[in-house]
Amino acid sequence: MSGTYLGMPAFPRAAEESTRQATMRRNLTHATRTIRDKRARAVRELADWAALREAGAAVKNRTLRHLDRYLEELEERVTAAGGTVHWAPDAEAAQRTVIDLVRATGETEVVKVKSMATQEIELNAALERAGIAAYETDLAELIVQLGHDLPSHILVPAIHRNREEVRDIFTREMGRWGRPAPEGLTADPAELAEAARLHLREKFLGARVAVSGANFMVAETGTLVVVESEGNGRMCLTLPETLISVVGIEKVVPTWQDLEVFLQLLPRSSTAERMNPYTSTWTGTTDGDGPRDFHLVLVDNGRTDTLADQVGRQALRCIRCSACLNVCPVYERAGGHAYGSAYPGPIGAILTPQLRGTGTELDASLPYASSLCGACYEVCPVAIDIPEVLVHLRERVVEGGPATVRGERVRVRPAAGHAAERVAVRAATWALDHPGALRAGQRIAARSRRLVPRRLPGPGAAWTRSRELPELPPQSFRDWWRQREPKEGAVDDDRP
Amino acid sequence: MRVALFVTCVNDTLYPRTGQAVVSLLERLGVRVDFPEAQTCCGQPQFNTGYRHRTEPLVHRYASAFAGYDYIVAPSGSCAAMVRDNYPRIGEKAAAEGRGHRLAQLAADVVPRTYELTEFLVDVLGVTDVGAYFPHTVTYHPTCHGLRVLGLGDRPLRLLERVRELELVPLPRAEECCGFGGTFAVKNPAVSAAMGEDKARHIRRTGARAVCTVDNSCLMHIGGTLSRQGDGARPVHLAEILASTEDRPYGGLR
Repeated sequence: MSGTYLGMPAFPRAAEESTRQATMRRNLTHATRTIRDKRARAVRELADWAALREAGAAVKNRTLRHLDRYLEELEERVTAAGGTVHWAPDAEAAQRTVIDLVRATGETEVVKVKSMATQEIELNAALERAGIAAYETDLAELIVQLGHDLPSHILVPAIHRNREEVRDIFTREMGRWGRPAPEGLTADPAELAEAARLHLREKFLGARVAVSGANFMVAETGTLVVVESEGNGRMCLTLPETLISVVGIEKVVPTWQDLEVFLQLLPRSSTAERMNPYTSTWTGTTDGDGPRDFHLVLVDNGRTDTLADQVGRQALRCIRCSACLNVCPVYERAGGHAYGSAYPGPIGAILTPQLRGTGTELDASLPYASSLCGACYEVCPVAIDIPEVLVHLRERVVEGGPATVRGERVRVRPAAGHAAERVAVRAATWALDHPGALRAGQRIAARSRRLVPRRLPGPGAAWTRSRELPELPPQSFRDWWRQREPKEGAVDDDRP
Repeated sequence: MRVALFVTCVNDTLYPRTGQAVVSLLERLGVRVDFPEAQTCCGQPQFNTGYRHRTEPLVHRYASAFAGYDYIVAPSGSCAAMVRDNYPRIGEKAAAEGRGHRLAQLAADVVPRTYELTEFLVDVLGVTDVGAYFPHTVTYHPTCHGLRVLGLGDRPLRLLERVRELELVPLPRAEECCGFGGTFAVKNPAVSAAMGEDKARHIRRTGARAVCTVDNSCLMHIGGTLSRQGDGARPVHLAEILASTEDRPYGGLR
C-alpha cells in the first residue's frame, strides 16, 4: 500500500493535469487559505518575530558550518545514553539499516510516527518489499496510506482529500489492515477521528517496534525531539520495545537554548498554534521507561553535497513547517503530487533538485515551478530566500556548472531540452546589446503589427491559449523620443 | 538634479504610452528627464530563466547608459528590483568565478541611484498629490517584486488616493501573484493561466473600470486574461493615471 515517486512526469505536465481536478483544487484552496490566515494571526502576536526568525536562521547557519562537530558530539551523547547510532550515506543504506534492525527483533510489523525523512527515503515501500508491514499512525498519513496514495503536503499529507473522500477510504480499507471502520460511518469529523482512534489503538498496543523521525536533535545531551498534535507520536515513542529514529543530519541543533528558538518558530509557522499539543523528547534509553532499544539512523542522502553549495545550502535550514506551501499560489493550483517528491511546494522545488540532482526531466523542471513571487521567502521562519535558490538552480539546469555529487566536485552538464531556448536567449542578448538592432526589430514589428494572429502556433500557443496578445503600438518609445527631441536627446545608438 | 528615464524594454516596445506618461508627469512636476538611448533591457528575463552569464553584458550596458545621472527612474517594479536585488548578486558571482570585481563595482554604483517611479515621486520629490485627474473607478494590484522585493508599501496607494475624481476600490486577495512570472507564463502555462483567471475574477468582482499596477508585464498577462474572458476592467499603468489631467485626460477609457 505504498506509492513511489519514481518515473513521474515533469512538473508542468503534472500541474496541468491538477489544474483540471476541480475537487482537489477546491480542497486545497480552502485548506491552504484557512491555515495561511491563521498563521498570519499567530505570527502577528509576537512582537519579536523578526528577531526570532533571524535567530533561527543564525542558529541553523552556525550549526551547518560546524555540522561535523555537532554530529560527532550527538553520536557520543546518544551512545553514552544507551542508544546506537548508524550512519546512512544514502536512501538505500538507510533502508537496509532499518530493515536489518527490524529483522533482528523478529517482528514483521512496525508502527510509524509521521516522518519526512522516511518519506524521502521511501522506507515504507522498502519495508513492504522486505515483508515488513509499516503502519502510519498520524491521522493524515493513515488516510494517505489506506488510500494507496502519496502525501501531497509536508504537514497535512492528505490535504488534497475532503471528509467524504476520507469516509470512503476508511470504510473501504480499514478492515483489510486491522479493525474495520464502524458500520454506517458518516463524514462527520468527530466520527472519522473516532474511527481512526479505534483502528490505531490496536496498532499502538500490539506494536513492539516503532519507526520515527525527529524534528530536532540536541547535540549537547543527545536528545531527540518530536513535536506533534495527535498524541500518536507519544504512543509510538513510549510503548514499543524498540525505537528506530531515522533523521536527516541537518536536524541537529547544538543546545537546548537553541531549541527554544525553534519551539517558538515551528508551531506558529506550521499549525498556527502558540505551542503544539505534544512535545516528546528522549535521550537514549531509560530502564523501566519506554523503549529498551534505541537506534538513531542518521541520513545524509545528498545533504553534504547540498551543504557544499554556497547559495543552495540555505535550504538545509528548513524545519519542515510548510508555511511556504500554504502561501504558494503555484502549490495551491498544482497540488503536492506534481512535485514528484516527499517535499512539495516551494521548499521542495529547491530541496529535491539538490538532494536528487537535476538529472531527470522532473527534477530539472522543479526550479521552474515558481513565478518567483516571493511569498514563500516572506513567511519562511528561517528566512530561506527560496526565489534566490530557484534562480541559482535554474542556472544549473540551463548552463550546467559546478556542483558536488557524492562528495566529488564535478561540472554538471546542462539538462536536456534547452538547446532552442539557449539559442534564442543568445540572440536576444545580442539584440539587446545593440540598440540599433533593437530599434530595427521594433520597427519591423510595428509595420507588421496587423499580421499577428490572435492564436499563435508553436511555443507561442502557451501564451495565447488563455490570454490575448498585447497590441503592438505603431511606434516604439525610443522612436517617439527621437521625434520629440530630434537634437537634444540624440546620442549614438551603439555607444558601449 | 540629473534624472534619466529607464523606460524598460517592455514599455519601449509594447507600451510606449507608459514611457510618455512618465515624461509628461515628471515634466509637469518640474523635473527635466533624459532618455539615454543606449539603454535597452535590465536582463531580468534572461537572469530569472537561469542565464546569468548572458545577463552580464546588460549590466555593463545599464551602468554605462546611465553613468552620470543622479536618479534612474523606472516605471516598473520588477525591472527596478532586478537592478537592486540581482545586479549585486551577478557582481558577486562573477568575482567568485575569478573574473574580477568590475561587475560588482558597476552594481554598487547603479543600485543606490535606481528608483521605481513611485519611490522617486514619494521619497525623492516628496509628493503624493501630483495634480492628476482620473474620473473612473480603479482597483490596484500590488505586483510581487514591487511589493516584496522593493517594499513599495503604500506609496502607490497614497499617490492614487490623491488623484481627483478617482474612486479606489480594494482588490480582494490583492497580494497574491497574478501568475505572470516572466518565462513562467510559458513554461508553466496551465498554472499561470489558472492564477491569472483567479486574479481576473477578483478584479472583475470589484466592478472597477480600470486595474492598475506599477508593472506593464503583469498587466499584459492580467489584461490579456481579462480580455480573453470578455468584458472586464481595462489594464492601465499607474504612470498613465498620474499623468492624466483635466486638460489632457487619459484617453484609453471612454
